[in-house]
Amino acid sequence: MGRYTLRRLLQLIPVILGTTFLIHFLVWNLPGDPFAGRCGERPCNPAYIERMTELYNLNDPLIIQYGKYLLNLLQGNFGEDFRGVPVAETMAEVWPNTVKLAVVALSIEIIIGIGAGVLTGLKRGGFLDNLVMISTLFLMSLPVFVIGYLLQLTLGLQLGIIRPTVSPEMPWSELIVPGFVLASLQVAFTARLTRASIAENMRADYVRTAVAKGLPRRRVVGVHLLRNSLIPAVTFLGTEVGALMAGAIVTEGIFNINGVGQTIYRGIITHDATAVVPMVTVLVLVYLLATLLVDLLYAVLDPRIRYE
Amino acid sequence: MRVSRGARYLAGAAVLMTAVAACGGGGGASGGGGKAAADAINVLGCEPENPLIPADANEVCGGKVLDSLFTGLVEYDPDRNGEPVNAVASAIESKDSKVWTIKLNQGWKFHDGTEVKAKNFVDAWNWSAHSKNGMQNGSWFADIEGFSDVFTEDPDGDGPQKAPEPKSSTMKGLKVIDDYTFEVTLSHPVSVFPVKLGYTTFSPLPDSFFKDPEAFKKKPIGNGPFKFVDRKNQQYIHEEKFAEYKGARAAKVNKLNWKIYQNEDSAYADLVSGKLDFMESIPPSALSGDKWKTDLGERAISGQQMVFQSVTFPMYNKKIWGNAEWRKAISMAIDRDTITDKIFNKGRLPIKGWVAPGVTGAKDGACGEFCTYNPEKAKQLLAEAKQKGFTPPAELKLFYNADRGGHKEWTEAVANSVTQTFGGEVKMVATPYPTFDEFRAAINDHKMEGIYRTGWQADYPHIENFLNPLYKTGASSNDGLYSNKKLDAKLKDADKEVDPAKSQALYQEAEAMLAEDMNAIPLWYYGLQAGHSPNVKNVKVTPFGELDVTSVELNKS
Repeated sequence: MGRYTLRRLLQLIPVILGTTFLIHFLVWNLPGDPFAGRCGERPCNPAYIERMTELYNLNDPLIIQYGKYLLNLLQGNFGEDFRGVPVAETMAEVWPNTVKLAVVALSIEIIIGIGAGVLTGLKRGGFLDNLVMISTLFLMSLPVFVIGYLLQLTLGLQLGIIRPTVSPEMPWSELIVPGFVLASLQVAFTARLTRASIAENMRADYVRTAVAKGLPRRRVVGVHLLRNSLIPAVTFLGTEVGALMAGAIVTEGIFNINGVGQTIYRGIITHDATAVVPMVTVLVLVYLLATLLVDLLYAVLDPRIRYE
Repeated sequence: MRVSRGARYLAGAAVLMTAVAACGGGGGASGGGGKAAADAINVLGCEPENPLIPADANEVCGGKVLDSLFTGLVEYDPDRNGEPVNAVASAIESKDSKVWTIKLNQGWKFHDGTEVKAKNFVDAWNWSAHSKNGMQNGSWFADIEGFSDVFTEDPDGDGPQKAPEPKSSTMKGLKVIDDYTFEVTLSHPVSVFPVKLGYTTFSPLPDSFFKDPEAFKKKPIGNGPFKFVDRKNQQYIHEEKFAEYKGARAAKVNKLNWKIYQNEDSAYADLVSGKLDFMESIPPSALSGDKWKTDLGERAISGQQMVFQSVTFPMYNKKIWGNAEWRKAISMAIDRDTITDKIFNKGRLPIKGWVAPGVTGAKDGACGEFCTYNPEKAKQLLAEAKQKGFTPPAELKLFYNADRGGHKEWTEAVANSVTQTFGGEVKMVATPYPTFDEFRAAINDHKMEGIYRTGWQADYPHIENFLNPLYKTGASSNDGLYSNKKLDAKLKDADKEVDPAKSQALYQEAEAMLAEDMNAIPLWYYGLQAGHSPNVKNVKVTPFGELDVTSVELNKS
């Protein structure tokens, strides 16, 4: 297992180099001059354009541009964005917010999604099963922004239970509703995946054996059944970690959270690649590490899976 | 001009009605919880696009923050419709509109305690104009004698050659006479020079700036009614009252918080629930059906902005340019009333001239009948245009940018209006450029294969600002390359005229001359829809469509 992990970690290096190069190449080469739109309806001051071009080495050929960028990066220098704000500063502000929101969303997914899946999978066809199936169908069919604005309007403006927007200090309590909005779709998927998997494994031989051995029901369900049934849900949640971080653009917008999704979106729209490259690179890292974690978890959950 | 606020919001898709370059992050008074800290007001802000240096702010987000941090030689009095009144200056005089003697009031201080002296202005202007410093507004100093000594241009545009090193670091037109007097010599007469001086770019800079501009970027030091406290990217900028402020318009609240939002709808939700005290851009979702007026009641503010929208004909493209009858025909085929009604909910209002109302010297009706919808006359004009030998293009493209500003709806409406008027004889098609960058790049390179949307937001409230930069031959924003010798001469006369009233009259005559060629078709100007919370009173809106942060007060409760 150790060697396997090490190999997977080493694979990260070429992936990171490749992605940074691709992203760097793509965002700096978006059509249009990055500075043409920065001065409203009049052409920019040529001195301004010259200063900026020099600052980002845009006169150099692409490879040299990238090389200079990478060299700076290795020294821990992320550079400054078009506003003159150090990118490292933006990263330090934005990442904790996104991680916090993702943690809340992921907890909600695990607790509600897996909980509901287990309960309904054990007792199919009952009232609870129907309720969960209908409510998840409802959640899946609603776009995120509808749920977001709906909750903001009802809970925030009409009932006054929550603040309509999250304050800059990002207290956990204010993140519950945005976290739920962000998690809503995945909660529904997780619940359904877990339900199907539990229902299927209920009929498995090892469960029948465990019951026949006279094990208490709690142990049969909690240890034997659940462990094996979690694999689909874990696979799904693992890949969703990245999506929770990058895909929170809409939720972040509605609840006014200064997160990664919004920063990347803004960067692309304003042609400011400086923050986009490192942000997306970190996202790629998150994806890779999450899938690695999922792969390792398989071995923990299912004793039949071994890594050499 | 400052990039208009509208230009930075994505409209259309309700989901992503997200502030683009502008807005992000949340913010609350650091007191947290529901109510704002007792002595602070929370005003909608947006993330400055450039460092907070006066000469580097050419957009509203940085501009409004800097306006509260700095006071220039003159300021635009919101109680007198934005008329310039002396602030730091005690007198600005000239006999010939060319050599200006500026005297300062004594006792003005920067936020670091040093005194505001004549050299603070002269040094600031020299530094800002110097091309090595690459300030966005560097060319604002181009009128001053000796500008070419400090400002050099790349000889081959974007090419491999570099701009030569400027000859000097100072302009010879700026002369310090004593601590409180300096003299400005312009290269040619500019009668509106004193009016321009209220623009942020002409602010003084403290001595500490020149020692360490980097430190200044992190913590700007001005001489305005508020001083900078701290800021968090995309979240807030906090300021507090400057107790030693010398000006007539001192702050009445102790703390001013600019709260930055990712999207206007969330800001509006906070405004309604009292967590935000002022916003000057009610989102379209609240404007429809006048929902904002029911939500806010007496706290809804309607006004107007000095923003003008038009459609420009490229004079360099003869196939599109045609003749005057052709351009007038197009203008008279646009049903401005219906479009502003149906698409903007009357948030924009039809205009019959090239100058937004409310600015000094504005006079309605310069365009006359040519800016009114009249299908019969339009057809007649088209026939005349053809008679004179012009063949209209099979398809006339109206270009806009699709990424921000919400221009799709109205350009399509304009195109439909024209196509319908001519019964298919002239087919106008609204054609998008994917991004504003590409759109502007094509305009700046003079490669437009059709007519295109243009807009202008006043830098200072004077008729001159709507004419000289846009329509004079070779002017900085004359991107259609329009040229009219008679107009140039008239504008030059107006620039020279020392008497303000006579000079305004000359500018008005120049404006009326635009109707002959109709190189830019006036469409409408922007209304203002603002609102405030119950926590504040005495809310005034400046001519620039922003909160007058010095007169607003908190309700004691």
